[in-house]
Amino acid sequence: MDFLNALVALSNFVLVPGIAYGSQLALGALGVTLIYGILRFSNFAHGDTMAFGTMVTILFTWWFQSLGISAGPLPTALLALPFGILATMALVVGTDRAVFRFYRQQKAKPVVFVMVSLGVMFMMNGLVRFIIGPGDQRFSDGERFIIKARTFKQMTGLDEGLAIKTSQGITVVTAIIVVAVLFWFLNKTRTGKSMRAYSDNEDLALLSGINPERVVMYTWLIVAVLATVAGTLYGLDKSFKPFTYFQLLLPIFAAAIVGGLGSPLGAIAGGFVIAMSEVIITYAWKKVAKYLLPESLEPDGLVQLLSTDYKFAVSFAILIVVLLFKPTGIFKGKAV
Amino acid sequence: MNQTVKHTLLFAAVGLLLLLEGTSTAFGVFSGSWNSSLTILNMGLISAIMALGVNLQWGFAGLFNVGIMGFTALGGLAVVLIATPATPGAWDAGGQRILLALILGATTIAAAIFVYHRMAGKRARPLAMIAVLVAGFFLYRGVLDPGVEAVESINPALSGNIGGLGLPVLLAWPVGGILAAGVAWIIGKTALGLRSDYLAIATLGIAEIILSVLKNEDWLSRGVKNVVGLPRPLPYEVDLQNDPAFVEQAAAWGFDATTASTLYVKLGYSLLFTAVLLVLLWMAQMALRSPWGRMMRAIRDNEVAANAMGKDVTSRHLQIFILGSAICGIAGAMMTTLDSQLTPGTYNPLRFTFLIWVMVIVGGSGNNFGAVLGGLLVWFLWIKVEPLGIMLMDLLTAGMAEDNGLRVHLLESAAHMRLFTMGLVLLLVLRFSPRGLIPEK
Repeated sequence: MDFLNALVALSNFVLVPGIAYGSQLALGALGVTLIYGILRFSNFAHGDTMAFGTMVTILFTWWFQSLGISAGPLPTALLALPFGILATMALVVGTDRAVFRFYRQQKAKPVVFVMVSLGVMFMMNGLVRFIIGPGDQRFSDGERFIIKARTFKQMTGLDEGLAIKTSQGITVVTAIIVVAVLFWFLNKTRTGKSMRAYSDNEDLALLSGINPERVVMYTWLIVAVLATVAGTLYGLDKSFKPFTYFQLLLPIFAAAIVGGLGSPLGAIAGGFVIAMSEVIITYAWKKVAKYLLPESLEPDGLVQLLSTDYKFAVSFAILIVVLLFKPTGIFKGKAV
Repeated sequence: MNQTVKHTLLFAAVGLLLLLEGTSTAFGVFSGSWNSSLTILNMGLISAIMALGVNLQWGFAGLFNVGIMGFTALGGLAVVLIATPATPGAWDAGGQRILLALILGATTIAAAIFVYHRMAGKRARPLAMIAVLVAGFFLYRGVLDPGVEAVESINPALSGNIGGLGLPVLLAWPVGGILAAGVAWIIGKTALGLRSDYLAIATLGIAEIILSVLKNEDWLSRGVKNVVGLPRPLPYEVDLQNDPAFVEQAAAWGFDATTASTLYVKLGYSLLFTAVLLVLLWMAQMALRSPWGRMMRAIRDNEVAANAMGKDVTSRHLQIFILGSAICGIAGAMMTTLDSQLTPGTYNPLRFTFLIWVMVIVGGSGNNFGAVLGGLLVWFLWIKVEPLGIMLMDLLTAGMAEDNGLRVHLLESAAHMRLFTMGLVLLLVLRFSPRGLIPEK
């Protein structure tokens, strides 16, 4: 019984939030890794692309809510999501035309691209704050829980409850669908194959008649979808604040590098590695230990390895370890 | 037009802007107050020093550091640790324990490195290393936590931190540089020698972590409760106003005592900062012209060729990365001294990291004078974009009713125009004038 209680407490506070957060990070890291694979630079504007997509989704959500349109038990934001994606697609393709294409033609060094993406980040950040303001926005509605802690306790008779938020369920389901479609696209369609060929060897791909501009445009379109979905899911699960999205850059980059920059499979693995370590290291284990250890050994403190304020330190420490020992990441990413 | 004349004119233009700020209220942009003008100048001088440090890294060596905020904050911490008086009783209550814990932590990492270098075996080595780290971590926490608790419980409303050494505040400036250099060494050791993007990401991370340490380790920096009333190298305004000799002198110059005292202090800071800036600028110029500087630029322009000529690219990069970060640390200490308070909650990467980048790029990367010009000019713009943005919005929405929702929203959000404008300036300069206002020779 104690063991079951410990297991439920573990799932409630570590596994479920970790998996949801991991899916959000994985989607974000996929976007970063795709840009890296095709356009060959680290896109610092990714966090703010996510913020922009989420912002448009929120605005449409509010509009739908005022019209009385809702998705029943599901959050209205899911209905608004396609509009957010379309707006983000327009934004990133426009940015590519106006900004990045010039440097591609110049064959500029990657570090120049990174710097340019910094400028883009600035502008997107300003734009988002200008339109929706720098404050916290909550936009989730519908049913809050799939399983409530109390219902779970009554059902099973255990002391510990297990609560699963709707946003967590939606996150995992959506992430699975998006990833499945993405891999199908990359592996089975002609465009997807040309993207992978371009990422593997640019010169060879050009020789075989692949149109680079088309590949780049498709990449941005896919990145827009990934960024908006990841941002909206994160916003539904927690809340939307432009600055938080900017800060998400660090765990997202860490996830992409841990998995191996340029490797989609690696980005997903990296997302979960980062999210799980973050949750495990900042969780106070007292509750679980209480069930598992005999009374005499019960800990006095919270048994928390690091306070939650240091969650960035976790992604960073993992990042440093990977850079030191395996700079290409778990799934052999691109050159060091 | 001669190059030198053009560059002198550019600096003169910045001087003119500051002069207008002090004397005129034209266009609703300038405030016509010398106090405001000197405030802008002081922050501009500090920004120029930061830009000098970043220029060393980017302009000389092509290293991309986006953790300037972290190094600046470390400089600020140095001021607290050096200049504030020690909290009575804190050292005995927990200070010694904390110091011991920090030494233990460092020993643990050293031991892990030792194990990694000295042990053989594919399985045993990582396992032994993890064992050392885990054991060391628990030992560290076991020693540290009671000490922290004891220190933080001393008069938490007013202090609750261990205070500092009570030394003159000017000493904190070089110490800030040393602190920043130490952290830069750790980062450089891991991330240099890999792809250029990795350094950027690693510095972005370390900046966030330094900030979260400052915000959460109350025993060190009082966290978000801020350390206020830091000692100053200059006299306080109140003391000046009570000094009859000063008041008399001020009256002779035609100022009232209040204005004169604030101007006196600000001017004093300007002179101090200018002195530091000139010394650093001179050093940077000498470095640029020396064989070392030529080697740096050779490495930047073609790493492979420089490597083939027998230059140790990675350790040269490490060297210049540390130097540049140290300059940012000095500037950070100067800034905290100017504010006479450390407020970890106000550090923001957009303001402290990316704005400095805009300064370097706009001013001219690779040219020290360019970096200084960029620092002064862009800081002036940064301050003035807000009133300009509000004016623009006012103009655009002039036809709308006073209480029109859109008009109200636009006017309220005009402040966020800053980020947008800075991004735009950065992109435009990178595209159309990538060499900046004062290009590299």
